Amino acid sequence: MTASTSTVIIGAGHAGLAMSRRLTERSIDHVVLERGEVANSWRTERWPGLRLLTPNWLTELPGGGYRGDDPHGYMGAAEVASFVSDYATSIGAPVRTGTTVSAVRPSTFGYRVLTDQGEWTAPTVVLASGASNLPHVPALADALPREILSITPRSYPGPGELPEGGVLVVGGSASGVQLAAELQGAGKAVTLSMGEHVRLPRRYRGRDIFWWMDAAGVLDQRYDEVDDIVRARNVPSPQLIGSSEQVTLDVNALRGRGVRVVGRLGAIVDGVMQFAGSLPNVCKLADLKLRRLLAQFDTWADEQGLDGIDPPDRLDDTRLDLAAPLQLDLAAEGITTVLWATGYRPDHSWVELPVFDRKGSVRHDGGVVENASGLYLVGQPFLRRRRSTFIAGASADSVELADHLHRTLDRRSTA
Amino acid sequence: MSITDTPVDNGINLGALLDAREALGGQPELAEFEWRATCTWRTGTHSYSTVEGFGGLGGEQSHRQVFGYDVDHPECFASQDNGATPVELVLVGLAGCLTAGVASVAQRRGIQLRAVTASLTGDMNLLGVLGADPEVRNGFGAVRVHFTIDADASADDIAALVAQSQKRSAVYDIIANPTNVIVTVN
Repeated sequence: MTASTSTVIIGAGHAGLAMSRRLTERSIDHVVLERGEVANSWRTERWPGLRLLTPNWLTELPGGGYRGDDPHGYMGAAEVASFVSDYATSIGAPVRTGTTVSAVRPSTFGYRVLTDQGEWTAPTVVLASGASNLPHVPALADALPREILSITPRSYPGPGELPEGGVLVVGGSASGVQLAAELQGAGKAVTLSMGEHVRLPRRYRGRDIFWWMDAAGVLDQRYDEVDDIVRARNVPSPQLIGSSEQVTLDVNALRGRGVRVVGRLGAIVDGVMQFAGSLPNVCKLADLKLRRLLAQFDTWADEQGLDGIDPPDRLDDTRLDLAAPLQLDLAAEGITTVLWATGYRPDHSWVELPVFDRKGSVRHDGGVVENASGLYLVGQPFLRRRRSTFIAGASADSVELADHLHRTLDRRSTA
Repeated sequence: MSITDTPVDNGINLGALLDAREALGGQPELAEFEWRATCTWRTGTHSYSTVEGFGGLGGEQSHRQVFGYDVDHPECFASQDNGATPVELVLVGLAGCLTAGVASVAQRRGIQLRAVTASLTGDMNLLGVLGADPEVRNGFGAVRVHFTIDADASADDIAALVAQSQKRSAVYDIIANPTNVIVTVN
């Protein structure tokens, strides 16, 4: 069975649904294909305790947004799933659930989208299948001894379900620090291995750090104004947790809780994990970057003549731990689990088009895919702005890309 | 800012570096380099090493002259002290790499350097190389580098030069991270 429409959106997450809303606003007929239920990834591919890094008031979507009673709180995965699901209903998005896309191929008038529920053709397609489909575990993980439990945040069963013994968390991202803290709090001996990382306090001068990022314009930095966009799109998530306690989870805080922090994992040799001796410098890099950011906020606050905020606080440097080991024998240390908090990448393997660079990533200009007229990409870190990394980025991104898509359709119809 | 806004000149050809980054990004096979050294034993702990050619940019390259290095052990090791020790040459390599990096980053960031010196130390317990204590490693316990930098910039901006230099330093990476060493004979 083949159906045709003007736009096929692949993925009913927040980004795909925001595009749907924009297309509806422009009276562009379209369909949203979703392999599971709406907000599938939030339901099935997030570890149980996960919370958004951003406060709820920041979660705006076109024609909808957070309207709950905890604007300064941080939604958990299940709440985000409900929120996105309700959003889909409220905007009347034309979603086809239980529909898995197996391929996107070129066709005479645009694209063929093959699914397990039949085929669609459309002159325009939006790839909204997410940025976190596949855990990115480094190849050296293969060298782990067989008896070690090797998991990612996605397969993390909770502290109580892990084998007796210590845990090595690899990766100083948001997931890494959150899971390290959770495991330490549950009584496990935790070692956290990290390289370059992003340090942020939860609050600054009495406001949430994202209030500053939003108000001072940092979230609105554009992809084409940034010095090195490749670097910016690959920056690890900040070492933050969204919790009602409003705690800061930087390296100093983690050490204070008893987590042992070591350098970046370099090699695994005969059950011995070898770590880099560059921990002092990566901590220094993170401290300097944070100081520059906070100084930027202070300058902006002065220029605005803001009152009602606390005076600037002197930032504590990350304390050096010269005793941090450069290697750990897993057996001798009693470490029985390695948790790879080493990031994710999107799965676009079903896109059968010449749109990939030599590293296998989709080549795009702010979401307009190169070498494929009418193909768009949404829901990726720093897609068009720093804000694109967060749910709230979908609003501005979807306006601009829907406009581009609309012009593409117009050109096709007058050709 | 001075009234006569003289451009920053740390002797770094920034344009060439940026062009190289772009060109090599587009042709990654040209970015594969092989650095080389040849060593000949003299006598005792004294050897003589030369550096002349290297591979890169898709072909064979050469320095303008042959660079030669006598390497030896000091008299308190019952040697002849014909040259610096191998471990001191490692410190020299690290110093050269980090210092070049400081200059390059400063040029990129528009910071005029007036003077840059670095003091390096590597602590070492000889019982390791003497095989007298299996719990003591052969190499350095730690390497310490102290930079003294006179430049027209804030303390944080100067610290950032040094941090960024380490981030992009080859020798720093070789020392701080595990590196394969494959040694064959005949």
